[in-house]
Amino acid sequence: MNSSRLITRRRAIVMGLASAGGLFVAGRHKDLPPTYGNLLRMGDTLTYAAHRTLLPGEALVREYTEKDVTSFPATGTTDPSASEKFPLSSAYRALKSGEFRDWRLSVEGSVARSQTFSLADLKRLPSRTQVTRHTCEEGWTAIGQWTGVPLSLVLNAAGILPTARFVLFHSYDDWIDSIDLLDALHPQTILAYGMNGRDLSIPHGAPVRLRVERQLGYKSMKYLSRIVVTDEFADGGKKGNIENGWAWYTGI
Amino acid sequence: MKPHARWVRISHGIATVSFVALAFTGFVILMAHPRLYWGEVGNDLTPALIELPISRNYQHGGWEKASPFFADAAGPITANRTYEIFNQNGWGRSLHFLAAWWLVLPGAMYLLSGIFGGHFRAHIWPKAKELAPHLVWRDVLDHLRLRIAPATGGPDYGLLQKCAYSFVIFVAAPLMVLTGLAMSPAVTAGFPILLRLFGGYQSARTVHFFTFVALLLFVSAHLVMVIKSGFKRQVRAMTVGE
Repeated sequence: MNSSRLITRRRAIVMGLASAGGLFVAGRHKDLPPTYGNLLRMGDTLTYAAHRTLLPGEALVREYTEKDVTSFPATGTTDPSASEKFPLSSAYRALKSGEFRDWRLSVEGSVARSQTFSLADLKRLPSRTQVTRHTCEEGWTAIGQWTGVPLSLVLNAAGILPTARFVLFHSYDDWIDSIDLLDALHPQTILAYGMNGRDLSIPHGAPVRLRVERQLGYKSMKYLSRIVVTDEFADGGKKGNIENGWAWYTGI
Repeated sequence: MKPHARWVRISHGIATVSFVALAFTGFVILMAHPRLYWGEVGNDLTPALIELPISRNYQHGGWEKASPFFADAAGPITANRTYEIFNQNGWGRSLHFLAAWWLVLPGAMYLLSGIFGGHFRAHIWPKAKELAPHLVWRDVLDHLRLRIAPATGGPDYGLLQKCAYSFVIFVAAPLMVLTGLAMSPAVTAGFPILLRLFGGYQSARTVHFFTFVALLLFVSAHLVMVIKSGFKRQVRAMTVGE
């Protein structure tokens, strides 16, 4: 009895050391985000690895009905043309005055055929409408109805190469962010151009924003300008989350 | 009297560090949005259950004029925020999770050792005969009069002491973990039962907060008892094990 308990304890200690080791190895693996030797980001990476190992990859978030739609604050950037600190603010102002007819979304990088899509092009592709909960990292939540084209359709139209691992997004308010292919190809990950039955408004990310439903709200980037498929992890450096002190993976 | 087992002292130390980090970062996270709600949804444009005056974000009022989403003007609205909120969640949340990870393995070890090693049954869980009304009443009176037995440096524990430890181990700690997981969009996609269990994301967040308050009360009482029963003796017993 006593000796078997000892073995259990020893095993537990070995397991503990192994997972602590895993924390450091994780920072060096090419499919995992870099930690820059930062203890906080090592914790994030451990969460990411645990989610990808333990959670069902294809699980869908709960979808609600139209009646469940709630009030929804617009936070962060609410109009990229209003601030000159964004290099693309005047470009956005021009697009806005033309009701986004001249807006183009380029899809490039590790794809067989780089493409650009106009808003009309995206609306011609099969659409998906979903009523989901937006979970803001600040602590509030809101339910909205989103209409858009599944990101997987757009990526497949461009032909993702077998070496591809991540999808990187650029926005008109000067952010760059990325998600892994599991989230990028998830059925509820869409490029949304409609919200609550209307065209997406400027405060909520017009003309097109991303919806990544299994992560916190800030991963659902507004004001998209460019999509780049990459082989290696990249999160935008100075314009991305990690260098600005935020977690890259926020499945939480 | 028995001294604290080494595994109890180690897990107590780890839990202490983790609790301090979780409590501090949890408070910082709450400061970013000091409003609590019930159900699935809650934000600045919906009514709050409780508003806590704990940061400059409390009722900041920095909103442009609201506009309705639908023809019904009394229905859901949207508004642009114009106020630069206090938000230290970048490091706050990551440190919160790091402190939680730090507790996962020792916590699991502690639970398994406690269950299978007999520690919980022998020392923590109150025995049926101890729960006779006159015994409970006597222990309550002793505590109210602060008549605290001097430190023995380990089990056996008093009746209310056992009840408090049982509450922390079997009620509060599991509630903290489950409500924490219920706030994860990725985890609840895989395990939607977590949201049903607490009645929604915001309910889970509110239960998470009040369980923290209960734990804070426990820690305060725990510290008072440690001091009243002989601080030096108790600290030595729980650290070096003498």
